[in-house]
Amino acid sequence: MDRKFGRFLLIGLPYFWLLVLFLVPFGIVFKISLSDVAIAIPPYTPTFDLSAGWEGLKSLISGLDFENYIWLTEDDIYWKSYLSSLRIAGISTILTLLVGYPLAYSMAKAPSEWRPTLLMLIILPFWTSFLIRVYAWIGILKTEGLLNQLLMFVGVVDEPLQILNTDTAVYIGIVYSYLPFMVLPLYSALEKLDGSLLEAAQDLGCTSIEAFWKVTFPLSMPGVIAGSFLVFIPAIGEFVIPDLLGGSDTKMIGKTLWAEFFSNRDWPVASAVAVLLLLLLIIPIVLFQNQQERAQEAEK
Amino acid sequence: MNISPAKKPSTKFLPWEDPKQEPLVRFGNVTKRFGSFTAIDNVSLDIYEKEFFALLGPSGCGKTTMMRMLAGFETPSEGTISLGDDDIGSVPPYKRPVNMMFQSYALFPHMSVEANVAFGLKQDKWPKNLIKERVEEMLSLVQLEQFAKRKPHQLSGGQRQRVALARSLAKKPKLLLLDEPLGALDKKLREQTQFELMDIQEKLGMTFVIVTHDQEEAMTVASRIAVMDHGKIIQVATPEVIYEYPNCRYVADFIGDVNVIEGRLNSRTDSGIKLSWAEGQNDISISNNTERSADENACFAIRPEKVHVTHEEPLDADNRIQGEIHDIAYTGNLSTYYVKLSNGIIFKAQESNRRRLANREFTWEDKVWLSWRNTAGILLD
Ligand SMILES: Nc1ncnc2c1ncn2[C@@H]1O[C@H](COP(=O)(O)OP(=O)(O)OP(=O)(O)O)[C@@H](O)[C@H]1O
Ligand SMILES: [Mg+2]
Repeated sequence: MDRKFGRFLLIGLPYFWLLVLFLVPFGIVFKISLSDVAIAIPPYTPTFDLSAGWEGLKSLISGLDFENYIWLTEDDIYWKSYLSSLRIAGISTILTLLVGYPLAYSMAKAPSEWRPTLLMLIILPFWTSFLIRVYAWIGILKTEGLLNQLLMFVGVVDEPLQILNTDTAVYIGIVYSYLPFMVLPLYSALEKLDGSLLEAAQDLGCTSIEAFWKVTFPLSMPGVIAGSFLVFIPAIGEFVIPDLLGGSDTKMIGKTLWAEFFSNRDWPVASAVAVLLLLLLIIPIVLFQNQQERAQEAEK
Repeated sequence: MNISPAKKPSTKFLPWEDPKQEPLVRFGNVTKRFGSFTAIDNVSLDIYEKEFFALLGPSGCGKTTMMRMLAGFETPSEGTISLGDDDIGSVPPYKRPVNMMFQSYALFPHMSVEANVAFGLKQDKWPKNLIKERVEEMLSLVQLEQFAKRKPHQLSGGQRQRVALARSLAKKPKLLLLDEPLGALDKKLREQTQFELMDIQEKLGMTFVIVTHDQEEAMTVASRIAVMDHGKIIQVATPEVIYEYPNCRYVADFIGDVNVIEGRLNSRTDSGIKLSWAEGQNDISISNNTERSADENACFAIRPEKVHVTHEEPLDADNRIQGEIHDIAYTGNLSTYYVKLSNGIIFKAQESNRRRLANREFTWEDKVWLSWRNTAGILLD
């Protein structure tokens, strides 16, 4: 009896957290997304009146509708920022992969006594707040910032480049911030790779480069996919980086969401945007889960 | 040396005795150092076409290093390695007509059995239909046709090992290197596979170099064996010569079991030479001695299975010593008797168990006679 209860607790606890921390807030946001904007506190209507009891709930439900979702399809700013988010997240993921792969590869090839230190260095930036590190990039990228000073000093450019407040700065910010999420799964895939496989490939007629493309790269695919999802998924909803580093024409759904909430104080529309963003993210997350399961199967 | 070959006469094959034969592989004074450690120490060795050559030695003696130099994964620090007429010392692995079957098999886990076998052929840009044909031929050779579509992790250890063999054979290399190819198999399967390997080698007419630390395996498959120790080659000879005429104590000890008696050579007669070895014991007479002179220290070595054990004194035997049975090791088909001589030396004698265990003639603490013919043992330094 006691043991049963213990087991129930053990299994039930994570579900309880999920309920409290995810499903309930989501329910609230979803409800708000079906409401209408109002000049009140909170700024939407209808609100749930506990004292009215059953009648109150009925009147609440009758006051809800999908107006805000229809609105999202009518104003093109929303779907344009969705698409733009996807594009920026996609391009940044590819860039992160291009930067992260050689890094992870050289870490995996490094003498084994160096590897813990190298891993440490990859994780080190997490010791400083994300926000502060993104602010630091402003200092580097701005017109009179470090990067431009360096470029002008070396003589690559005569005029300072406008990097800050462009999409380029957003890419730099995302690649920088999410690099560890790409490098770690890649490293763990590459580190497992059996060196004799490469020798076998060379023995059968491959140059080192061919052996890389025919053996190393395909075998690191689980790492590539895991890393890409780990960058792509949070990058879609990214707000801080495009807000601080991007320009006024950098459209990302996170920024739009923020503007709806705080500039327009239109909570219902903002909630609708958030719900759609979540639905949008569910697709890659499910794909990611599937891939992880398959990778685990294959390892058995 | 004139001894009859252990293998079928039809397979008589002795290119190393023919001075006109050019070797396929020639190590010329090869030394390989890793930092300050010398893994291979001034080795010269010839391997002939169609040989099944075995490298045998204790762990860490440099067998794998020899193979890796042949495959091209290591370059010699000094000396030359030639294959046919070419010096291959610094030719990269992918340009050598040499293939290796790896100790760990090194099958590509993301490819099917078929794709693994086809890998080298695709790399050489064979036409598609020929690749298909060749892959089928190889898979039927190792009896794995029905597994063509499987991935390596869906195969048993023995099947993987066959795939690895098929893959390394597919390109018809001039030289095939096998690094402990049967290490992961159980005894039965290993013995069966040894014969299959010999069949395949004969059928395809290729040259095989095999690394093993299983001496029985080396004796079974090899045309010649090189016994190595600490990066040096101690003896290169056919299995029967290695076994019957080891050139030093190390080889005698390493291959099979041996009794060694130290003593002094004293008199030479027409029928041989005599070794005195203990007070009050008859000298050991040896007739198949090398050109040793009297008044030299020497070791007499004899294999346990060449020593007879009897209750009665065998008056007609060339050599006989009395002792007491100290211990008996029973291994089913054989019994090894550990006989203590008057001077405390333990001498091993082996008899096959023709009778059931219950009817065994000898038991602990029996006084017995050990005897052997004067041609049964040899003299070593
Ligand atoms: N890359 C290397 N760096 C340093 N030392 C090495 C290297 N490769 C081999 N050695 C050393 O060279 C010696 C011979 O190694 P090798 O692998 O050839 O032994 P082996 O005869 O194949 O042994 P085993 O039967 O255990 O496989 C060993 O002492 C080993 O430590
Ligand atoms: Mg080895």
